[in-house]
Amino acid sequence: MTATTAPVNTSLGAYAARRERRKTIAYGIFFLLVALAIALLFVRNSAPGMESTFKLNPTTKEKVVPLGDLVLPTQAALIVLAGIVSVIGLYQLVKGFKRAVIVLGIVALLFVFAFLIWAVRGKSINLLGILTFTVAAATPIAFGAMSGVMCERSGVVNIAIEGMMLTGAMVAVVFASISGSLWLGLLGAVISAGLLGVFLAVLAIHFRVDQIIAGTAINIFALGITSFISQRFLQPTPALNSGGVFAKIAIPWLSQIPIIGPVFFNQSIIIYILFATVIAIHFMLFYTRWGLRTRAVGEHPRAADTLGVNVFKIRYINVIIGGMIAGVGGAYFTIGSVGRFDEAITAGKGFIGLAAMIFGRWTPLGAYGASLIFGFSDALQARLQVLGKTQVPIPSEWLLILPYLVTMIVLAGVVGKTVAPAADGKPYIKD
Amino acid sequence: MAPVLELRNITKQFPGVLANDHINLTLEEGEIHALLGENGAGKSTLMNILYGLYSPDEGEILIHGQATKISGPTDAIRQGIGMVHQHFMLVPVLTVAENVMLGEESTRGLVLDRKKVAAKIRDLSQRHGLEVDPDIKVENLSVGVRQRVEIIKVLYRSANILILDEPTAVLTPQEADDLFGILRSLRDQGVSIIFISHKLREVLDLADRVTVIRRGRVVGEMQTAGASQAMLAELMVGRQVALTVDKETATAGETVLSFENLKVLDNRLHVAVDDASLEVRAGEILGVAGVQGNGQTELVEALTGLRTVQDGKVFIAGQDVTNASPRKITECGVSHIPEDRQEDGLVLSFPIYDNLIINTYYRPPFAKGMVVNEKAIVGQADGLIEEFDIRTPSAAVPVSNLSGGNQQKVIVARELNRPIKLLIANQPTRGLDVGSIEFIHQQLVHKRDEGAAVLLVSAELDEIMGLADRIAVIFKGKFTAVVDADEVSKEQVGLMMAGNSLEEALANAPKRTSKERDIVT
Amino acid sequence: MSEATSSAPLPEAAGAPPPVKTARLRTALLYPILAVFTALVIGAILILVTDKAVVNAWLNFFDDPMGTLRLTVQTVGKAYGAMFEGSLNIGGIIRGIGAALRGEGTRQLTIALVPISESLTQSVPYIFAGLAVAFAFQGGLFNIGGEGQMLVGALCSVYIGFKLTGLPWFVHLPLAMLAGMAGGALWAGIVGALKSYTGAHEVINSIMMNWIAIILSSWLLKVGGPMARPDVPVTPPVLPTAWIPRLFDTPGNRFHAGFFLALFAVWLVWWLLYKSTLGFQIRMVGANPKAAKYSGVNVKRLWIIIMAISGSLAGTAGMVQTLGVDRWVGVGFSSGMGFDAIALALLGRNHPVGVLLAALLFGTLKNGATRMQSVAQIPVDIITIVIALVIVFIAAPEIIRALYRLPKTSAEEGPVFTKGWGS
Repeated sequence: MTATTAPVNTSLGAYAARRERRKTIAYGIFFLLVALAIALLFVRNSAPGMESTFKLNPTTKEKVVPLGDLVLPTQAALIVLAGIVSVIGLYQLVKGFKRAVIVLGIVALLFVFAFLIWAVRGKSINLLGILTFTVAAATPIAFGAMSGVMCERSGVVNIAIEGMMLTGAMVAVVFASISGSLWLGLLGAVISAGLLGVFLAVLAIHFRVDQIIAGTAINIFALGITSFISQRFLQPTPALNSGGVFAKIAIPWLSQIPIIGPVFFNQSIIIYILFATVIAIHFMLFYTRWGLRTRAVGEHPRAADTLGVNVFKIRYINVIIGGMIAGVGGAYFTIGSVGRFDEAITAGKGFIGLAAMIFGRWTPLGAYGASLIFGFSDALQARLQVLGKTQVPIPSEWLLILPYLVTMIVLAGVVGKTVAPAADGKPYIKD
Repeated sequence: MAPVLELRNITKQFPGVLANDHINLTLEEGEIHALLGENGAGKSTLMNILYGLYSPDEGEILIHGQATKISGPTDAIRQGIGMVHQHFMLVPVLTVAENVMLGEESTRGLVLDRKKVAAKIRDLSQRHGLEVDPDIKVENLSVGVRQRVEIIKVLYRSANILILDEPTAVLTPQEADDLFGILRSLRDQGVSIIFISHKLREVLDLADRVTVIRRGRVVGEMQTAGASQAMLAELMVGRQVALTVDKETATAGETVLSFENLKVLDNRLHVAVDDASLEVRAGEILGVAGVQGNGQTELVEALTGLRTVQDGKVFIAGQDVTNASPRKITECGVSHIPEDRQEDGLVLSFPIYDNLIINTYYRPPFAKGMVVNEKAIVGQADGLIEEFDIRTPSAAVPVSNLSGGNQQKVIVARELNRPIKLLIANQPTRGLDVGSIEFIHQQLVHKRDEGAAVLLVSAELDEIMGLADRIAVIFKGKFTAVVDADEVSKEQVGLMMAGNSLEEALANAPKRTSKERDIVT
Repeated sequence: MSEATSSAPLPEAAGAPPPVKTARLRTALLYPILAVFTALVIGAILILVTDKAVVNAWLNFFDDPMGTLRLTVQTVGKAYGAMFEGSLNIGGIIRGIGAALRGEGTRQLTIALVPISESLTQSVPYIFAGLAVAFAFQGGLFNIGGEGQMLVGALCSVYIGFKLTGLPWFVHLPLAMLAGMAGGALWAGIVGALKSYTGAHEVINSIMMNWIAIILSSWLLKVGGPMARPDVPVTPPVLPTAWIPRLFDTPGNRFHAGFFLALFAVWLVWWLLYKSTLGFQIRMVGANPKAAKYSGVNVKRLWIIIMAISGSLAGTAGMVQTLGVDRWVGVGFSSGMGFDAIALALLGRNHPVGVLLAALLFGTLKNGATRMQSVAQIPVDIITIVIALVIVFIAAPEIIRALYRLPKTSAEEGPVFTKGWGS
């Protein structure tokens, strides 16, 4: 609070402090409840002598420095975790951490770890497998989130991500099937979803259509046209629907790092494209002229306009690029994983991408982090199903609900505040 | 030598309005030229044309004697024109440096060169006394500092013509003085400045020359050295200005509104009203004087139930209404003319007759139980339209089609049409034409004479001086003084609005002369 | 924006009422009709360009120009003809009446009436879903969660419908109906409450709630799931005591009393919006929430009420379909109807009667599309595409205006529905 702050803030301190204190206590109580949950749900339901085994080597034959399995005594480990969390909670209650949100993340992580230890009690699970699956499951979500970041940072709400991905998914496999080249398939996906981006941009920017309505129309349109083409062509002619799949590429050296190597650096080329995209958008947004203008246009288009920045041009280009990024994400569903198109193959991943973007607070790195979390819940769901009902007596579908629930909690402002770009969703009218 | 800037015969027609009618204006090098006119006279339109935001229907713009076409801000910037808009054009979440360089970024390769920009800002700050930290986010700056950033933005682009649109509206008197100092120093360094204002005192104080426009036409141009306030006022409003509000001395009755130790936060959770106490009695107008943004908005919102009271108590007619709902407060016999008529006071897409009942729609005769009685609603409208002189072809017209003055009359009609104990009027005449202002002033006095208590909040000191029986001066959320209107002069209230205590003000400003009831807008 | 325009005096607009009125009529009728027509034309083009024979003929156009044109017309005619026959069957009805008049009995007529009854039957959930979205729009809220609310409504009503046994129909049926309405109201009410108390935007939360409902249903309904049969991924059948009665016993005629419930709902929503104080508040909040707050409306509470009513309408959509037509629920129950409802609200300009007309149209199209698929092998999804295009044309009337060279009138300014994510 220097002389440059608002003129009227005489006794701001007292109020802010009271609010802060209340928040600190709430977090502290919550952490203690987490510790209690670990104790009641997990420690109580495990027996001494049980062991939880986490395998850390890839199941496939890959050149990785081998690691021993991580074997933990189930109950002891859980008690330790409960202890750690309760210490964190007590400290938070008494003194308070400076950045409680980060501590909250750590506590959540510890809880998940405790859950895993308990879930595999007396059995073993391949942790590497889960993580690899996580990265894969996170990929389409992350492409969707990046598409959202591009559009919304410039002030255009994009809920058409789902439709763009769906279109990209189909076009990719058809193009790849016809041309025999996966790269042409990918190109087709980018172009087709980019065209939907053009469509969204024209509706939202030129015609100033309500952006949520425009996005919904595109989603419905994409669902209709892909199902139509699928039934009219792909089903009668299966040759059109078998484009093949990008092979995994192990990056020399990097892929041999234990854990990280096989998880991140022995993946499909599309996942590497994702990494490049995330970094590129981050760099673009925060370090370049285009990024500065994009952010300005998304926050206060008139201010940018009075300085000679072309609001429309920036929005058009960002939305079109956003569409193209969603197209790559779509391609991942077909030529990146299963190699064929089915109706509604994207199954809502575009909407989770939207959620990841919000959870990641409209930043590319945050959104990728959120995508990984959502991907992890996907991976966990799949694994728990394998472990069976007696081992984990919770319906595995509940885990699939988590991303949506988490997003709603984040949006409710329970964990810090998420603020969308100020001009997000508002058409700009120049006059 | 050709003037820096010359506007010739600029004409701009909007649907229904001739905003600029063959306007001529010359700006000499190194002068501060005031553009004076009432709200709605066409000042902003003219400057938006100059800045390329509108294109004129007719006329030409000469810069250094060269005819120039300005078709957008980019052209204006290239011609050395910079503008500080009335509503700041700053992106709150960006830093000062980012805001300043936007549109004219320095880069090294692909990467923004923030250091270079920061250095240039520091250099400009030092040269012109515009102290500001380039790396701080704009959202953390006060209004006065934000304005400095706006000026830096202009100087960063090496503009030599600076336009300021009503720059003092949001400033405290000290901040305004600081600004004037900066502008004079810029002028002395050769920058030519156009200063848009409707405040006579400022214009005489700061400007070298003044052009007065009225209803889109230039009605006078002169050196300020030979001008007087009365002269300019007459030119600006177009008639002998002696808008005296005829009113008897107040006969104050018992207390209607009282609040004690009131504490209210603003939207950013800063304390906006701080430990304020006041009593308003039946049959008096209490004027709250203060520079815009000193807590008036929050005070009124707290009193009318629109904003949470953090601390303290509010009583209306003896009843505790602290944090009561707006509905409850209305039912206590309170009327509220809100500050922002289009945002708060009206549903623009609704017809007039619906707008006349938006806070009584649920009561007989307008409703029986849950059922709306359209006959009663439409039926009462015509009478009110006539009584309150609302100019409209029919009661079914959406209020969005009405002029500002008539929109405000709809609100006044609605709020004054029921028996009330207390009227809270916040900036009731802002942006209105003189006729409407007069009408609304009469209505306020009339309501007072009927025995209602009136709390009038206004940033126009003259309005306060003209109407109020007692004056409470608000500064940084606190009442610095509550005085009888007869006991103080305008200058003294002005000093208090700037944060001086009553004693300082009484000691340092001329005393009240006979009858100071002239309203000069 | 400018100081000049804000104080603009009243233009001569109101001096000439007739043009305003015709303009209103045009927006209310002409634009929707043109939008649907244009969308159907584009659908036809899509049918043609994806038809091998037609494309081949056009590639060799000069070999047989007349044949090409004939084939083109025939292809479209066959598809849309099948659609109208399958949905209205006007020819069949006339023949049926003829037969009845000739004293050959009404059997032929009753059979001929099946397609149009089925169209009306398919319109019923559309009416409710469209009302749900339109009602929320009137209150300034965008209920994009119709999908989830329908599903929850269906699940709640089906649960009561098969779980409670031994009740007389006059207890069982209302209970099942109420359960469906309550389920939808709850699902949407949560979104409304979150908006009121945390400022979270209803669109995102509605989308999230949609997926939560879908995932929950896939768990409840999977084989052996809590609400499914042990062998198939659907619920047990609703008991006859909870059936909404069908009104014809002709085989294949599923027309049920829910249609009249829908008509009643149209009236009720109209009355609520335009004749009740609640509706006055709702429209006020929709047009200017700040003014509503100023005028003493409890905006936060009202948002919850609006969402809950909207949700109960959507829940009813799921409920009537379940109790009146399907009488069980399976995975993928609503398949996009919650989104189609947005098109209905737009097409009907958020007016209950407009929504009713739009829903009748959609029900007809959807019903006819099934026939079109079997006769002309055109996938039913063509209707989904048409619906998407209708949304586009209604939301961007400039396109229609440009296509048909219509003049611009001021009365055509459509409502603004949402204002971004802003909290």
